[in-house]
Amino acid sequence: MKLIEFFGIAIKSILATKLRSALTMLGMIIGVGAVIILMSVGAGLQNMITYTFEELGSNLLFVQPSNPEAPGLAGLAPGYATASLTLDDARAIGDLHSVKAVVPANENFVKLVAGNEDTLGVIHGSTPAYLELYGFDMEAGQFITEVNVARRDMVVVLGSKIAEDLFGNSTEAIGQQVKIREKRFTVIGVMEPRGLSMMGFSWDELIVVPMTAYQVRLFSQKTPSGEDAVQSISVQVADGWTLEDATEDIENILRKRHRIADDEDADFSVISPEQLLGSFETITIALTVFLGLIGSISLIVGSIGIMNIMLVSVTERTREIGLRKAIGAKRVDILVQFLLEASVLSLSGGAIGLIGAWLMAWGISQVDLGGFTLNAEVSPVIVVVAILVSVFIGLASGIYPAMRAARFNPIDALHYG
Amino acid sequence: MIELENVTKIYRMGKVYIQALNGVSLTIEKGDMVAIVGASGSGKSTLMNVIGFLDKLTSGQYVFNGTDVSQFNDNQLAVMRNREIGFVFQDYNLLSRATAVANVELPLIYSGVQRKRNRALDALERVGLAARANHKPTELSGGEQQRVAIARALVNNPAIVLADEPTGNLDSAVTQEIMSIFRELNDEGITVVMVTHEMDIAAKANRTIRLLDGQIVSDEKTGDKTK
Repeated sequence: MKLIEFFGIAIKSILATKLRSALTMLGMIIGVGAVIILMSVGAGLQNMITYTFEELGSNLLFVQPSNPEAPGLAGLAPGYATASLTLDDARAIGDLHSVKAVVPANENFVKLVAGNEDTLGVIHGSTPAYLELYGFDMEAGQFITEVNVARRDMVVVLGSKIAEDLFGNSTEAIGQQVKIREKRFTVIGVMEPRGLSMMGFSWDELIVVPMTAYQVRLFSQKTPSGEDAVQSISVQVADGWTLEDATEDIENILRKRHRIADDEDADFSVISPEQLLGSFETITIALTVFLGLIGSISLIVGSIGIMNIMLVSVTERTREIGLRKAIGAKRVDILVQFLLEASVLSLSGGAIGLIGAWLMAWGISQVDLGGFTLNAEVSPVIVVVAILVSVFIGLASGIYPAMRAARFNPIDALHYG
Repeated sequence: MIELENVTKIYRMGKVYIQALNGVSLTIEKGDMVAIVGASGSGKSTLMNVIGFLDKLTSGQYVFNGTDVSQFNDNQLAVMRNREIGFVFQDYNLLSRATAVANVELPLIYSGVQRKRNRALDALERVGLAARANHKPTELSGGEQQRVAIARALVNNPAIVLADEPTGNLDSAVTQEIMSIFRELNDEGITVVMVTHEMDIAAKANRTIRLLDGQIVSDEKTGDKTK
């Protein structure tokens, strides 16, 4: 097979100029490596976001205040939206046929003090349905009840990590006092350990108090009409109803309650995780493509390097080309020889870049980014694409030098230099 | 086996046209040993390139073994060079990073021959250089390098060996060795055509063709065939 012969010739001439070949490959190594690392980080980001939403469940809707004047998702930003939802809104939604459960929640960040110990945690003001909707189990004691909510009881349920930090263990914690914003709360329960959320926060560093106690005793926020505000309402859609059905019902009931005409923009939004996921995906895909493009610049530089070195090589070996033609090499033989040489350079550079990128992606995936890791995976698709791109770049950057070599007049080439 | 009929070759160098061959007619028989002599610029190298299928004619006719090759395209000419011609150059034109035997194998790559190594070693044997098969050209003397080049010319069993000033870079002792190799090859029936400007080299041939300004001015037997 001539092709195998030519392959051998290519390898030999690459090895004949080791330093030059290595430097030429370096362009490809960096180019392919950069593209793969950047793309796998993008893919890791996307996986993380997708997983986070899957973790939430597929039959959930979120109701949030929204600024009708702000465009798109910006209207949901807390800074733009006026508090518009109340506990009564949540109850009204809970009464809908298409809704199985409803959990209003207010959230803030607080310092907890017990005796000499203190720690930081995320506080949620909520209702009893919280436990089931977010899939918690109790480790000790009990969760907040409707009675607690109705009476604005100053009771608190702790995440396992918080309980451990303040009291050593969960059973010790029950019945103890915890100071939150200088108010004394009694610990009535501790939730089972659950670990990290993909979003990077720890489920075990949450504490839950009755919504009413949160509103009245801790962080008071009023709607324009003077009622206690609810930051968000999570809605679990009843079996046999679609997200769309429930969304429509919720919108109707809230419009009625907020006295908003059908043709006006509402002061709330009903969001499904899929919808959010969609907009996040658009962002991450754009990001991945953008990162890939940045990497591609180094690929282009790498391919220019190969073309450059191939042109030098062709010129240096003019006499060799002349000789090969004199002893019977056809144009296509010379063309294939130099194309193969460029491709071998490019492909081996690409392969080294691939391995390097794979190692780096593995390294990135091991890094603890404050409670979560970015699973930067090098998918088989990326590997195949990297190899194809390397070969393509080799061929593309080798074709011009190879054609020049193939067109040499053997007589002139033999007497060159 | 070689019949040239009123062959002309015109080169263009920039805006100037150079008539390198001007109506050359020539017949070379199989088994002949021909020296082409002439001053620099007389067209002797051009004539050899034409005979060796390296160059196309501007006009005239070239019949090789009964086949008119005047209109052959590049690929056909490449095949002819590979099968029928063995070239020997003044400066050897060996690949410096390849061993002697690998250099000799080169033409076989393009003829798609299997068992190249054996044939290359046989060819080296014929020029008495089998022992140096695995040396690189830089490790060989000038005479040895030229013998490798001759082995390379022989490896594909060509009809003709074409030598362009084959001893131009060699001292007189080595020149004698190389010339005797050519004589032996000729005795084995291989047609040898060489270009030279040294008259004592030309005297080794059976026939001397003298060129001047692209035309044959004399063509005579130089009967040194007595051995």
